[in-house]
Formats: sequence, structure tokens, C-alpha cells
Amino acid sequence: METGKLTIAQIQAGLRSKQFSAVELAESALAFAEAENPKTNAYLLLAADRALASARRVDAKLSAGEDPGPLAGVPTGIKDVIVTKGLRTTCGSKLLEKFVPPYDATAVARIENAGGVLLGKLNCDEFAMGSSNENSAFGPVRNPAAPDRVPGGSSGGSAAAVAQGTAVVALGSDTGGSIRQPASFCGVVGVTPTYGRVSRYGLVAFASSLDHIGPLARNVDDAATLLGVIAGRDPMDSTSAFAPVQDYRAAMHLPVRGMKIGLPKEYFEGLTSDTRLQIEKGVRLLRQEGCEVLEVSLPHTPYAIACYYIICTAEASSNLARYDGVKYTIRSSRAQTLQDMYRMTRGEGFGAECKRRIMLGTYVLSAGYYDAYYLKAQKVRALIARDFERAFETVDALVTPVSPFPAFKLGEKLDDPIQMYLSDIYTITGSLAGIPCMSVPCGATSEGLPVGMQILTRHFDEPGMFRLAAHFERAGGFTL
Amino acid sequence: MESMADVAAPLATANQIAKYEAVIGLEVHVQLGTKTKIFCACPNQFGDAPNTNVCPVCLGMPGALPVLNRQAVEYAIQAALALNCEVRRKSVFARKNYFYPDLPKGYQISQYDQPLAEHGWVEVEVEGQPPKRIGITRIHMEDDAGKNIHEGFKDSDRYSYVDLNRTGSPLVEIVSEPEMRSSDEAFAYLSELKLALQFAGVSSCDMEKGHLRCDANVSVRPRGQAEFGTKVEIKNLNSFRFLKQAIDFEISRQVGVAESGGKIVQETRLYDPVLGETLGMRSKEEAHDYRYFPEPDLVPLLISDEWLARVKSAMPEMPALRRKRFAADYGLRPYDAAVLTGSRALADFYDEAAKTSGDPRLTANWTIGDLQGLLKGAGKEIEDSPVSAARLGELVAMVANGELTGKLAKDVLAKMFETGESAVSIVEREGLKAISDTGVLEKIAAQVVEANPKQAEQYRSGKTSVIQFFVGQVMKATRGQANPAAATEALKKLLG
Repeated sequence: METGKLTIAQIQAGLRSKQFSAVELAESALAFAEAENPKTNAYLLLAADRALASARRVDAKLSAGEDPGPLAGVPTGIKDVIVTKGLRTTCGSKLLEKFVPPYDATAVARIENAGGVLLGKLNCDEFAMGSSNENSAFGPVRNPAAPDRVPGGSSGGSAAAVAQGTAVVALGSDTGGSIRQPASFCGVVGVTPTYGRVSRYGLVAFASSLDHIGPLARNVDDAATLLGVIAGRDPMDSTSAFAPVQDYRAAMHLPVRGMKIGLPKEYFEGLTSDTRLQIEKGVRLLRQEGCEVLEVSLPHTPYAIACYYIICTAEASSNLARYDGVKYTIRSSRAQTLQDMYRMTRGEGFGAECKRRIMLGTYVLSAGYYDAYYLKAQKVRALIARDFERAFETVDALVTPVSPFPAFKLGEKLDDPIQMYLSDIYTITGSLAGIPCMSVPCGATSEGLPVGMQILTRHFDEPGMFRLAAHFERAGGFTL
Repeated sequence: MESMADVAAPLATANQIAKYEAVIGLEVHVQLGTKTKIFCACPNQFGDAPNTNVCPVCLGMPGALPVLNRQAVEYAIQAALALNCEVRRKSVFARKNYFYPDLPKGYQISQYDQPLAEHGWVEVEVEGQPPKRIGITRIHMEDDAGKNIHEGFKDSDRYSYVDLNRTGSPLVEIVSEPEMRSSDEAFAYLSELKLALQFAGVSSCDMEKGHLRCDANVSVRPRGQAEFGTKVEIKNLNSFRFLKQAIDFEISRQVGVAESGGKIVQETRLYDPVLGETLGMRSKEEAHDYRYFPEPDLVPLLISDEWLARVKSAMPEMPALRRKRFAADYGLRPYDAAVLTGSRALADFYDEAAKTSGDPRLTANWTIGDLQGLLKGAGKEIEDSPVSAARLGELVAMVANGELTGKLAKDVLAKMFETGESAVSIVEREGLKAISDTGVLEKIAAQVVEANPKQAEQYRSGKTSVIQFFVGQVMKATRGQANPAAATEALKKLLG
């Protein structure tokens, strides 16, 4: 059984026709992940006992004639910033290398209730801060398409595992592009739903007002299925939305002829020629499908990076305060006093990027600077959101590149944080506006590096986004 | 290290203090009496084994999120209304960031620039002075921290322990305007505030259990000066007595510094009840920049007109109004009205008893005097009184109607207190009903006058005070059951 290539639909068919059992599938997926993982370092932990227990429950339901759920038997990887009861959750940080959470994230519980099989925990940048997965305390992840290159980040492990076939689908998290950018680098589908669509309960916070959980998958249908399972109001997350969850898979079959697609002109400056070429090819495909394509403008785009790095660092500086050596974090063995415990634990425990963001965030919230930085950034954020609202008055969806460039070499941008931050230049605006956005595979560069196309739609218009993505996928045949 | 001022300046003399005016504001934290914590479903209770009433949310576990407790909001609204505040229709939670081991998230969830309520007041009265309104700047909601435990463990010399049971208890912080001018006013303000919150039923306000905590901001300025002096914050005021002592000490310390040409340092000081002094804390510990920003994990708190109206209509009468009503409608003396509004339970009790008896002033005497005496003797509170308000009212009514003499009523009350029986059944069973029948009383009076001709002669010759003797004799003959007024009437008629 080639677990590395199965889709969710094929798994459902296989289970129901008794081609294989859920336990056989789980065993095979675990063995495959164990064998293949050294190539990428995507998994930090394989949860064999838990996976097999879930699979046995699915088999029992099947033989009892009960519905085992839409994710029955599906080997699923979980980014290690999402907590799992009894399974170590490190957030890619040395500080949490011994942290075993006493509870499950809502998204994880929903996956398992839907029959999903939790295969293991996936590597990521420390506390989801990074664009290359090189900020993990447990080693970088390699891009399955080009082992000397990064998989993108911060959900690098999730994108690599799905691309590599060691997971059928995976959960990632996205704050400024952390699902879409690695999805584009690894050539898979990555979805950042509307803010509030998926509960954040159990997602270890980086920047609470920007953090999203979302699916990574090898095709649009699988991503839509997984999102359908994890979406919906959760009383444990006050910011989760009450809006009913729509049928994303059904939306994929609606026609796209006559859909109006906007190309924001600010998103086609400064990208590499290979990426531009692929996106232009993609846009031509959409035209052929009957979409009407027009140029639009999102004039506040140039302020997005500055705005984003003020808001996300401010929130991060507060969210990361709890890693203080008192409770579940490791504690510096050198500390003699309370102040020492804080300084040494955090000094030894956090990596460079976390420290950089904690310092930036502490600065922008400081007395006397709050208005000039944080408050102003919030105003800019509102303007960026308004740009999108205006654009959606004339178009149904926006299409842009995901990143200005494809996967870069390991170490290439490590010493240049600004260059690293620029790899998210096209994704952070959607995050700031809280609208649904996704990356769909859009061919490859001449070197064979995957390129991703980003689709953005109105708040809660995931159906429109999946509809366009599915047609694009069928027309282009770019999917792995 | 104590600040220089402690070492350098002597305390001021009374004459020196008289030249200055104190300016005092209080920050009061009140723990709301909800069943569960403010952001999670853990029990909001004390005395359990350390770290047992906890969950991922109040432990600040990675990934956990707060969800606001509706009852806590309702209590906070009630507190705001009890203190005459305007409740904002929209308030916003904010993070107050600082490091401390008893603060598991590394920040407190509080409210900052958009608090729950503003612009309130409390009327206070200090003996010998006219009533005065003390303004309340704001009331905001926040979560409580846990407790660090520094002793009692075998390695307490090297480690401190943390108990997080209290973490996440719902608090309101009530900030006054700097409008108090003496420790007596501060005392009166805190007393009235506590009473109002107890009446509203939002907190037990038990200072010993930490349900009411108070910090004071104190400064002094030469009389007549408009600008405020440098303010000092005093912490650790965990009783009313300490509040008064600490403020008095601090006024005297600050005037002493000013009078000896020193400079008052803006700082936080701790009150040491053993020394009776305030002591400076190291300034480093208080140099906080809390980096407030809106809490992104909670949506703004919106209070609808309907909700507010519902809470308002269910508010009980506040102690100040109740005191006024007791005086105006029941004709009580101010002192009695104040005593009877000492707690909501007592005021409710008295109100019901007075309505039953139809004689509010007599009911006040019986409530404050005999019943309170019995309760005190039994170590009971009014809430646990074996004599219900209605039963006390019935007893007082019997006395008022002349059905029972005051003297016997005391014994009857004692029995009621013991057995929980009604006055009527005790009086009937024991045959204690007052004798008011004129025919019966005239007969007894005649016997008494006949038996005491000498005293009868005295009365007739103008020494009318002898009537008391005769009344006593009638009482004796009837074992206390004669209605004294009716007996006097009968005697007068006879001795005529």
C-alpha cells in the first residue's frame, strides 16, 4: 500500500470496500514515516500507540456498521505548536522540550472525533516564528523537492510531511504566512481560513490576533475536507466565530465561469522572473476557465510588513512571558535568585529569532512608544483591511503570488532577518485583514522548485476560495 | 534598603501636622463571590489543598484561552450600581504585563483605558462633620494572582512554593478620587463601600480572607496650597484598624520630612502592623512599565440596555437610602437606623419584623437590645437567628397591643430563642397573657388597696407617686401578667 499517495477519498473508499483496515493503514503510515523522516526531519515525534488506538476505534465502528467520520483512518500530522494531551509539545523550542500538555487542542479533538489518526508532531520554527523552519531547536527541515533547500516556515514540517507523503494531511498554523509560504515552497495546498473560523484553543499563542490553525494537504479536496472538520464555533475560544460552517467540498463543484478575479498590482513588483512566469501562466488558466481577470489596487500594501512586525512582536512579547522557568519550562540550573531564574532560563532557552521579537515587542509597547507604534499599527491594519473590502466590491477573489521567490537554500537568509521577513510580503496582508487565503500549487521554476499561487476571498467566503482553487487544480494539473 | 527619609526625619508634632492637609485616595480590590473563576470553570473557593482548583486556563498553560464568566460581569455591574457609577456599554480587557511566580501567564487580564464603570461616589459621614461625597474614578474587572509561599517547607530556605488556587478569582478594583482628608474619612469611606457591596450581595468583603484588599495613596500639602504633594502608595493594609494607623503614621512621617526641609520621595511603602510604621520598599521592585495593550483573546465586553435595566431593577436598596428611610418612615433615631443597617441581613430582618409588628420603634428596641443580646450570647449572627423576623414582629405586636407585658415578653423571647416556638403558643401554654380586663383588674386592685390602708392614705393626701407601689402589688398578685397601664387606671379609679 502506497500510503504516501493516498487521498482522503481513496482512504474512505478503501476502508469501506475492505481493501485495507484502518489499523493496517496506520501501521503502514507509521512505518513509512519512520523510514522516510530522516530525509526531511519533518516529524519530531511519532505517536504510534495513539495512532493505532484511533485506527482500532475506526475499524470497530466500521465493523459495527457505524459511520466512522469523514476523516476515518486518515494519517494526520500535527504542527508542534498545537497541544496534544499526553504527547510532548515542544513548539520547536528548547524551553518546552519536556512539556507534556494535559489537554488536547479543540482542532485535534475534532480530528480524532471525525476518525482521524494522529500520526505524530511536526517540526516548525520556534513558537512559529520564522519563514524557513531553520529556527527550530530540533534541527531544520529539508524540502522534499530539493533537500539542500528550506521547506519554508514556520509550518515547514507540516508542508514537508504532506509533500513527502509521510502524512496525508497536516495541521499548520499561520500568523503571517506560515501555512501558505511553506505550502508554496513544498508544492502542496495550504489554507489559512477566516480569523475565528477555526478555534485557537490549544494553539500555543504567538500573536493572538493573527494566529490561525489551518490544513495542509496534497489536493484541494483533502484540504476542504479537513477544514470542514476543524471549523466552527468553540465555546473555549471567545474569538471563534458563530457563523455556520458551509459545505466546502460541495462548493468545489460550482462553476467559475464569470467569476471576477482581481490582480492587485502591488503584488507583482519585486518578484523573481520564474515566479512571475508561473503565476502569469496560472492567471491565463483561470481566464481559459472563463474567469474575468482585472487589475486592482491595494494601496496600503507597502506598510504591511512594518505594521505586521509591530503587532505580532507586541503580542508575542506578552504571549511568551509565561516561559519563565516556574512551571513547565526547563529552568536554568545556574539560577540562584528569582531574577536570575527569569534571565538565565529565558536567555538560555529562547533562540535568536524569539529574542529578537520579544525585544521588539517589548519596545513598541513601552510607555511613551505605544501610541507611535502599536496604536498606529492598529490603524494601518484597519486601512489594509479596508483596501480588501474595497477590492471585493468589484471582484470575487484576488490572485497573487504566495512568495516573491521559491524555496531558498538552507542558511541563505539566516543572517539577514529583513530578507527573511520579505518572503512573507504577499501573505501578511491577508493575515492582517483576517480573510481566508490559500496557496495552491502553480507549477515549478526552471530548477524544478514549486511555485504557489495565492487566492484570497471575503471574510467567511471559504466556499468561493475552494471553488476557484478546485477548478484551477483540475485545469492545471499542478497538484502533486 | 529604606529610603533616606526614614532615617533622616523625625515624626511631626501635632502642631506641625495641623499646618498641613492630607490628601488620600484608596484603591480597593474586592473579590466577587462567584461560584467559578473569572475565565474558567474552576471553583472560586479557598482552603483546599494547594494547586487543586486549577485547570489549563487558570494555570496559563500554553494554548489555553480565557472565556469571561457572565456572573462575574453581573456582580461587577451590581458593584458599580451600588457605588453610583455609570456603567459603560462597552469596556475592553487589557493585558498588564509583569513577571512574578504567582502570575502564571506573565500578565494579568485587567481593564485599562476602557473600564467597566466610571464616575461614581460614596457618601460618608465622620462624627461632628457634615456628610461628604467621595468620588469614585473607576471600577474595572480583573483576574487575581496566586500566592507565593515562602515558609513551611523543609527546603524553604532555598525555594519558594506557589499555590495557584486563587489564580483567576474574579476581582473588581475600585479607585477613588483623592478626596479624603483624614484617616477617619478613609475609614468611613471603606466602611460605607464595604457595606454597599455587602448589601448588593456581590462579595462577603471579608478582609481577613483577603476578599477586600486596600492600598492607600497619601500625600500632604500645606493648608491653602492647591497643588498636591508627592504621593506615596501604602500597601498591606489588611484591616480597617491598620488602614487608619498607617495613614496617620504616614501623614506624620511626611509632615516630619517636609518640616525638616526634606523631600518626600514617590515610592511604595509597606505597613508593618507590629512596628505600627510604614517602611519603604526598594524602588527597583516598583519600577514597572506594565506595557498595557488590549487583550486579543477576549472580545470587547458589551452590556446591552436590557441587561443593565434587568440588573438595575433587581438591585436591593443601598444602606444609605435604607438608613434615610428607616429614619423618615419608621421615625428611628439616626444611631438606631445606622445600627440596623449594619448588614443587609440585619436590615432585612428588622424591616420584616417592623412590618409585622406595626410598631417600628418598639421593634428597633427589641432587635437592637434583647435579640442582639441573645445572639451575642449564643455566638450567632442575625442570619442564624432561631427567632425569625416575623416571630419577633408578632412578639413586639403583643407587647404593643398590651397583650403581653414587657417584662414577661423578655422571658418569652428567651424561650422562643431556645425552642424556635412562636410567642403566641408560649404565652398560651404558659398562661402568660396580660390581664387587661377592667373587671378582673378592679377586683385585684380593690384587694390590694384594702390590704395596704397606710399607703392608700398617703396617696389620697397627695403623694401620688405611691401609685407605683400599688402597681407593683398588682403585678405581684398577677405574677406579672397585669397590663400595667390598665392596672394603673383601675387603681387610680379606686383611690380616686
